[in-house]
Amino acid sequence: MIAIENVHKQFGALHVLNGVDLTVQKGEVLSMIGGSGSGKSTMLMCINGLEGIQQGRITVDGVEVHSKNTDLNKLRRRIGIVFQQWNAFPHLTVLENVTLALRKVLRKSKEEAEAIAVEQLSHVGLREKLSVFPSRLSGGQQQRMAIARALAMSPDYMLFDEVTSALDPQLVGEVLDTLRMLSKEGMTMIVVTHEMRFAREVSDRIAFFYKGQIHEIGKPDQIFDNPTKQETASFVRSVL
Amino acid sequence: MYFGGSFTWGDFQFLLYGAATTIAITLVSVLIGTCLGVVFGLIRSGSPWWISNALGAVLDVFRSVPLLIQLVLFNSFNSILKLNWPTFAVGCLCLGIYASAFCTEIVRSGVGAVPLTTRRAARSLGLSWLQELTSITLPIATRVVFPSWIGLTLGVMKDTALVLWIGIVELLRSSQIVTSRVQEPLLILCITGLIYFFMSFPIARLGNQLEKKWGMQ
Amino acid sequence: MDYHFQWRPVLRSLPDMLWGALVTIEIAGLAMLLGTVLAIFLALGKRSGKKYLSWPADVWIETARNTPALFQIYMLYFGLGSLGLQVGSYAALLFGITFNNAGYLAETFRGGFLAVPETQTRAARSLGMGTVQTMWHIVIPQMLRAVFHAMTNQMVWSILMSSLGIIVGLTTDLTGVTQKLNVVTYRTFEYFFVAACLYYIISKAFTLSARIVAWRLFRY
Repeated sequence: MIAIENVHKQFGALHVLNGVDLTVQKGEVLSMIGGSGSGKSTMLMCINGLEGIQQGRITVDGVEVHSKNTDLNKLRRRIGIVFQQWNAFPHLTVLENVTLALRKVLRKSKEEAEAIAVEQLSHVGLREKLSVFPSRLSGGQQQRMAIARALAMSPDYMLFDEVTSALDPQLVGEVLDTLRMLSKEGMTMIVVTHEMRFAREVSDRIAFFYKGQIHEIGKPDQIFDNPTKQETASFVRSVL
Repeated sequence: MYFGGSFTWGDFQFLLYGAATTIAITLVSVLIGTCLGVVFGLIRSGSPWWISNALGAVLDVFRSVPLLIQLVLFNSFNSILKLNWPTFAVGCLCLGIYASAFCTEIVRSGVGAVPLTTRRAARSLGLSWLQELTSITLPIATRVVFPSWIGLTLGVMKDTALVLWIGIVELLRSSQIVTSRVQEPLLILCITGLIYFFMSFPIARLGNQLEKKWGMQ
Repeated sequence: MDYHFQWRPVLRSLPDMLWGALVTIEIAGLAMLLGTVLAIFLALGKRSGKKYLSWPADVWIETARNTPALFQIYMLYFGLGSLGLQVGSYAALLFGITFNNAGYLAETFRGGFLAVPETQTRAARSLGMGTVQTMWHIVIPQMLRAVFHAMTNQMVWSILMSSLGIIVGLTTDLTGVTQKLNVVTYRTFEYFFVAACLYYIISKAFTLSARIVAWRLFRY
């Protein structure tokens, strides 16, 4: 379970997160939507400690993320994240991209790491690309590789930060299909996205971010068809 | 403790005179280097590959052999052929050719930075080859490569120190002459270093700023 | 022209010159190695944002870049001597080139750090990799590619600069050996021509092997 309690974060004078409260249960798929600058991506970075917070508490299965005593590297093994800019390691082949953390962080043998990597890469449809360098892949393929790279660590949670925003329109589908597949397999996921139809289809709940807070949260039908807040209604209208 | 009265105003003037020689050699060499470099650079960028590569290979020799050796060879050539050129001329010519090898590549990269479409557009307006070159390509290219050209000039300025080996009294040699009289090598070398620094650093900064300013556009 | 070229004595002393060439390579290589290590510290010092680290780094870098290499060698040879630190011509040459290399390479490395985007570090950290692992497996390999060409050039410079040893009296490197033979025989042109050829071969052999290494290393 991920529990977020009254989290505040500031960049200088800018109040990016202004008291966020949220719990995500095991097996749940939660989508975060909202305008740009509403704080949803920053929230995601805070969950695995890539960003610090000024106030509040985030715990992952009871471990407090922003406590001095927490081994972040250990915690991050259990939380996979995929970024908008896929961040492939350009100097490593597709296979090496996936095996690197398996070998160096989880200390698996080369054979074991490669077996896991091949399995994960096959899962996202990149079985044929093992020895290719990322620069030879399309954006969609690189993004799927990044997903496989995160999944290979067998995380308990997956965070997705606008993973289709930087892709050409015709490549969005293949990445969303991968996410759909994961949600069907019961992976706990927090997805920041602008793809509203997709969010509605896969999510158990949807959180609407507005001015650094969760303005409204609920089942997809509620958020999209019967929002209780006026800002939610106007946002939903503007993107559908 | 250093100003024991031995280092005089006259010594300082002597150093400045050496600095003037350094600047003179630099200017003449860079002038020779730039003229040759523009010609070679245009040949490199606008001729069939085999001419371009052959010229490139020849010029590469000057960048792969120590300048000191080149100076010695030029100097001995001067006496073998009984040309009896003054060493100043030998030094300038040698440095000039050395500089031209670098300048050629600078010019070539400048011409390469002018889009072919721009050049075609100019030609299609009826400009001749020469008109296009002087009114379109060279002005654009000059802007692109001016910072590297400044870098080359400063490089040549620092390399002029080597001409002391063939007997020209420039700044560094002047400092040695003063040292042999005053016996304060560290003090005199520090002053010499500062003179070099103030001849180079402001211009280097200017080059960096131009690079940033022009790079934005 | 009544000058008669005599190549036979030069060819006879070719073995001596080749030994000199080895010393040249040794000096250039050592100066490059030491310069690289120092340059990393200088670049980190400049990045640190701490005045007491960045200021000395700045002085080093700007002095190395804005004064002649020969001046830097003189500083070590004559300058330190007056402080009571007698430095031999080999050491003065070696550390002079090292000082110069470090100054230029520091600027190269500073650019190299910028060439690896912050997002790469983030991606590595998000997989649970530590600071050192991220540096070693992600940042440095990519940085190496960004700076490889400039480092190759610096090594060639290092080879060419090592010829300056003769001016502070070094007689064991290629130029030194050549000059020693020249003083005895006065066949200046012949000896220095062969020296030039050897320098050319050394520079080109190095550039070529660096290109092969780059081709093997940076296949992406």
